Amino acid sequence: MLRTEALAKGFTLHLRGGLHIPVLAGIELDVRRGECVALAGPSGAGKTTLMRSLYGNYRADGGRILVRHRGTMLDLAAADPRTVLAVRHETLGYVSQFLRVVPRVPALDLVAEIAIARGTPPDRARADADSLLSRLNIPARLHGLPPATFSGGEQQRVNLARGFIGGQPILLLDEPTASLDDENRAVVVDMIRQAKASGTAIVTIMHDAATRDSVADRLFRLTSLQEAA
Amino acid sequence: MTTDSTLLSARGLSLFFSEIPALVDVDIDLWPGEMLAVVGESGSGKTTLLNVLSGRMMPDAGTVWYRDPSDRLHDVQAMPAPDLRRLHRSEWGFVHQDPRANLRMGVTAGGNVGERLMASGARHYGQIRAAALGWLQQVEIDADRIDDLPRTFSGGMLQRLQIARTLVTNPRLVFMDEPTGGLDVSVQARLLDLIRSLVSRFRIAAVLVTHDIAVARLLAHRIAVMQRGRVVETGLTDQVLDDPQHPYTQLLVSSVLQA
Repeated sequence: MLRTEALAKGFTLHLRGGLHIPVLAGIELDVRRGECVALAGPSGAGKTTLMRSLYGNYRADGGRILVRHRGTMLDLAAADPRTVLAVRHETLGYVSQFLRVVPRVPALDLVAEIAIARGTPPDRARADADSLLSRLNIPARLHGLPPATFSGGEQQRVNLARGFIGGQPILLLDEPTASLDDENRAVVVDMIRQAKASGTAIVTIMHDAATRDSVADRLFRLTSLQEAA
Repeated sequence: MTTDSTLLSARGLSLFFSEIPALVDVDIDLWPGEMLAVVGESGSGKTTLLNVLSGRMMPDAGTVWYRDPSDRLHDVQAMPAPDLRRLHRSEWGFVHQDPRANLRMGVTAGGNVGERLMASGARHYGQIRAAALGWLQQVEIDADRIDDLPRTFSGGMLQRLQIARTLVTNPRLVFMDEPTGGLDVSVQARLLDLIRSLVSRFRIAAVLVTHDIAVARLLAHRIAVMQRGRVVETGLTDQVLDDPQHPYTQLLVSSVLQA
């Protein structure tokens, strides 16, 4: 579903006199249908950089990011912006650590709009969003409110609902359970297992080892290029 | 892959104001239903670019092509003035930072919206009034304000009225020059939400000029960064803002205060 070949990524800091910081080199990751791979490694090893590169949020410096999209393997690293948007829309879902949305839009609409954009009729999308938010223990009285005033955990759960409602066949989850209590963490673990069972390929970063081990089929270890150098 | 045709394409646009470069070899592509943000500091040439793309200003060099609904290409700068005016009255729209530049302050809110419909050929009074009313509601202006003069409106309401006036003819392409500039933050948020939902609901393509990269992030699919008349970086909005490659983009992104 998702495979990288010799993926490399670094950052050139022009404001620091052109300092170049290599972060990833020679990354060969392969994720299959229904499989959950957890990125592991010390802080600074490039887990989030890899995750963001897989989503096309960071531009790869070298190598390929092959994604199964509309039946063929497409190189996301070489795709034009509009193709990247189409891949995200249809194929590649992403749950970031922070919710970043237009202010003033109610939580329910923020979740439903993802499904509507993917072709679900608005009524169905709103019903799905409602049950997904409820499953994530966002009380019904909050569904009609914009999430700006929600707690960190509540915002993260709105974010998760946005990630899961689309049903894209590949899902990238960056710390999906970080600010959740045990009860909500269990709900998310359940949702991940369910997505896997229906064939979704998942790449995740989770610092909590117990949660990680309960969903991940294997770990993909990253080592810091800075220390190796 | 995406192979469909562009709605608007510009190649090699250059324009100098005496010695000062306002545009230097600028290429722009816009596809149907797409929102492109043009960002950069004051004097970078963003508004000039908008004026040239919309045929309001002539470049020293370069061409702008517009594809009409029957798939014919038009050279915007070579278009006869009446044709260009007709385009601006119907298929195109222009939203100015100052709504007063577009509204007639001595005509009622409903009249302002209806007038553009009449200019593009509508004649039936009842239908025009119904359309005006519908659009006032789309932009969240109370129906009972339809006969009020714009000068009784707040800044945010004026901007929403301008948007209603612009969209009433169902344009396919809208040029926006700092549409949220000069408004209170709370009013800005409401307007952002409104613009976003309207352009996606009606599949409107837009070129949005803004100095506010947070606005660009929330609204635009793609972004073009301008510095001293040149497009120094272009790409997917979140990619350009989260992983800027050009020194100027890095400076721009790192200079923004985190709210």
